[in-house]
Order: sequence, then C-alpha cells, then structure tokens
Amino acid sequence: MKLIYLVISFIVLSITSLFIGVQNISPLDLFNLSEEQAHILLVSRFPRLVSIILAGVSMSICGLIMQQLTRNKFVSPTTAGTMDSARFGILVSLMLFSTAGPIVKMLVAFVFALLGTFIFMKLLDKVKFKDAIFIPLVGMMFGNIVGSITTFFAYKNDLIQNMSSWLQGNFSMMIQGRYELLYISIPLVLIAYLYANKFTIAGMGEEFAVNLGLNHKQIVNIGLTIVALITTVVVLTVGMIPFLGLIVPNIVTMYRGDHLQKSLSHTALLGAVFVLACDILGRIVIYPYEIPIGLTVGVIGSGIFLYLIMRRKAYE
Amino acid sequence: MVDVKNVSKGYGNKNVISEVSVKIAKGKITSFIGPNGAGKSTLLSMISRLIAKDAGEIYIDGMDLTRCKNNDLAKKISILKQSNHINIRLTVKELVSFGRFPYSQGRLTKEDRKFINEAIRYMELEEIQDKFLDQLSGGQRQRAYIAMVIAQDTEYVLLDEPLNNLDMKHSVQIMKVLRKLADELGKTVIIVIHDINFASCYSDYIVALKDGRVIKEGTTDEIITPSVLNEVYEMDFKIEEINREKICVFYS
Repeated sequence: MKLIYLVISFIVLSITSLFIGVQNISPLDLFNLSEEQAHILLVSRFPRLVSIILAGVSMSICGLIMQQLTRNKFVSPTTAGTMDSARFGILVSLMLFSTAGPIVKMLVAFVFALLGTFIFMKLLDKVKFKDAIFIPLVGMMFGNIVGSITTFFAYKNDLIQNMSSWLQGNFSMMIQGRYELLYISIPLVLIAYLYANKFTIAGMGEEFAVNLGLNHKQIVNIGLTIVALITTVVVLTVGMIPFLGLIVPNIVTMYRGDHLQKSLSHTALLGAVFVLACDILGRIVIYPYEIPIGLTVGVIGSGIFLYLIMRRKAYE
Repeated sequence: MVDVKNVSKGYGNKNVISEVSVKIAKGKITSFIGPNGAGKSTLLSMISRLIAKDAGEIYIDGMDLTRCKNNDLAKKISILKQSNHINIRLTVKELVSFGRFPYSQGRLTKEDRKFINEAIRYMELEEIQDKFLDQLSGGQRQRAYIAMVIAQDTEYVLLDEPLNNLDMKHSVQIMKVLRKLADELGKTVIIVIHDINFASCYSDYIVALKDGRVIKEGTTDEIITPSVLNEVYEMDFKIEEINREKICVFYS
C-alpha cells in the first residue's frame, strides 16, 4: 500500500465526513453558505472531523508504541487495561471532585491510566508463559477487573449513566467546546515521532538497547506515559474506541515492518482513514439516526482481530 | 585491555561467579570455555555492563565500567547475546543501521552509511540486505546480527555463543570474520564458545572457567592440553596435531 493512496482516501473521506448529516449541506453550498449552515459546519461538523482524525491517529500510534515496547502484537490500550483504568480514574474524579473542570478530570484519569498500564507491565514481567495470545488475555482480564470495580462504585454512587457515556465511543457529541482537549494529543504524537528510533530499539529488548547505549527503562516509561495520556484524553472526550490501537498497527506492520520510523506515518493515516470510514458508515446505516463509533469499530475491529489471530495460526 | 578484578555475582545465595580476576589482552581473540553453568555468559554480561556485579571492579582501558556513560560505552564495547535474537520485522539493512545508533542517534550521516555498507559486505549479506529478518534462516540472521556489531565499530566485540545454530560452513565463516576483525582491524574479540576445536583453531588466549572460578588461563597452546581439558571438563581428551592445528578428540 502506497502512502499516496492513504492520503487520497484520507482527503476524500474527510470531505465526505463534513457533508454527511441531517442538516443538508453540499459541497456546492460552500461558497454561499446560509448562516445556519455555516454555524453547523463550524460548531458541529468541523469539530467532529477534527476529533475523528485526532482520535484515530493518536490511538493507532498508541497501539503501535505499546506493541513495540511489549514485543507483543496483541497488546493495545484496550487489551492492557489502559482504557479501563482511565475510565476508573474518570469515575474517581467524578466522585471526589464532582465540580472540577475537564483538566482536573483529565489529570486524575491520566494518573489512573498510567498506574493501570504500569501494573500491566509488572504483570507482564511476572508472567512466565509468554505466549502471544496469553498476554493480551491477561491484560483483558485485568481490564475487566478494573472495569467491574468501576461499575460497582458507579452503582453505589448513582453514576452509572454518567459512566456509560464513557463506555462507548461516540462522535455525535463532538461539538465546539467539548473536543478541544483532544488537541493535547498533537504534541504527544510529535514526541512519538522524535522517539521512533528509540522505541524500535527498546522493542528489541533491554540487552539490545543497553548495547546501543540507551536507557531502556526511561524509553519504556516515556512510551507508556504517552500512551496513557493519549488514551485518557480520547476516553474523556470521545469515549472508548476498542481495537483501534490493535488492528491498525498490525495491518501496517504487516507490510511496512517493525521499524517505527517507517511505519508511523502509515499507522497515523490508516488510523484516521479507518475511523473516518467507520464513522461515516455508522452515520448512514440507519440514517437519520446513527450508530456510535464504539460499536462500528468494535464490530469491524473484532472481525479483523479474529482474522489476524487465524492468520497467525496459519503462519506458524 | 579489560581488567577484571575480584568480581563476584550471585543469585539468591548461590554464587555464579566467585572472585574472578582476569586480564584480557587488546587486539586478540580470547575465548571463554568451560562446562555448562560455569558462569561464562554471566562473566561476559558483566564485562559488557548488561548485568551488574555484586562485588569487584572491571576496568576497560583503565576506566571503571560503572563510572562510564552508557552511550560512550556503546562506542567502545559491543555485546551480542543469543537472547537478542527476537522475531522482529526489520530488514537486514535496518538492523545493521542500528549499529550506528550510538554515533548518529538515528540520523545517519554519510560516514555511517559507509560503515553500514562495509559491514554488510564483510558478512556477505548484500543479496539479502532488503529482506526481513523473519524471512531468513538462522545462520543468515546470525550473520546479520554480527554485521550490526561490526557496524557499531567498537574496540571490544563480545559475543555469547556466536556459533549456536550454525552449520559448519557458516561457523567457519564467522570465525574467519572474527579473526579478520582482530588481525586487520585490531579489535579485541571476546567470545563464549562451546566447540573446543573452534576455540583451539581460532583463539589467541583461552580462559577456562568452572563453577564460577577461573581455573586456567593462558595462550591456546597452554590450555589445549589433555591435562588442562581433563580438569575443566572431567573427561578424557586426545589431542592430535593436524596441519599445525591442535584438534581435540573426545567423541568416544
């Protein structure tokens, strides 16, 4: 797959995304927009497009970093408990600082996401049985435990409805004033680019990294911090988007290899394209209503995930 | 020169290395030999700072290993262990390029590329340089990893069982390359090796370890004798001279 095809589909889908919706706006109207149309574009369509792109790009890159650092193709924020931990953090911030602004919420959730991810890494160290499938299973179990703790406290505190809005990713709520937090992911993605080589080396093992003069632990910590922060921001604004960090990097590394410097741009673009496509699908399937992105990505993603596992079996 | 002074290392309450002192000469090939569990790999890992020692000191060219910066050491000493071999989808050339990381931090200069291409040529990998590592045979992969170490261009090259999984032809090829590294480029090569005859034919010095201690060290001629080998391995050896190489016979 050439980068240019990805760029073209990215542009086409982006434009499509802007002009799909209940309020009819066609590209031809662009030069004489009515006030209402301009308002819709600015307040709803554009924020939606930006949040789809940012979430798609950053979550895919998160997955890529995690897979590299854990040397396991099936580890991602979904399968390592990062997302569930972030959600737990959101609950805690709702319970303890109910009046707090989004920044405080984000910080609390971030601390939880980071802690959850590090606990998973510790588990990974302890697990003797390093089978490629076994490790994400451990991560999913861990995530589900955190998830059930979240649900328990949410019930106790009458916050279930609040929490379920973070359970399923949804872009229809992305309007001006609600998505800006996602911009935090841009500098994080840039840092990931700067560290691409170091992540690749760290992914080849501690001894390998030390031989080349790298501080392995430091690189891993930087990587996981980026992952936890991006995941938090996405869960807090869009909600959970399962499997995204899993399938996109897997598809890309299949044809680009594991050299991060070579695969990052592809991963970023394919991530955006994939989420754009899923979102557009969710918006037209039961038009004028829509299916939340968590569901479309979940269904399509789990299908591809299964295929990847099967293919792996055949490959061995 | 590598100067190991009274180094010890233990796991739990078992000592893997006990008060080992050894000096390794520059520009030569030194082999660590000994039975399984003698502590050869542990000693090699400590010299290459991969694992920390419990006691003692290690000096490289007079510098205390623990006081050196990691990145500076990466330009002075390189280590290749079996466990480095993981299935990662990198091309041979990408892998070899990582050998230049300590110098370029990923932004390859013209000089870096020269080293990379030379290393690839040295290990005869030109034809497969754009293949992914996971498409290669064990021997090709091993050669690719060694090419990376060559590109790293360190004075000291440490290899942990570099002949593992290799057939005779590739074993000989790799030992010849190591010989060239020492003779032509003046590198100091330290290897852990099991095949006693490769050790005999290709090394200048041999350090024999057993139960975490150095029990004999010396030139190859001094070590490859029936009495020393018998002490190290607790079995009988016959040593024949063929084409002025000492060959150990121990199969029956």
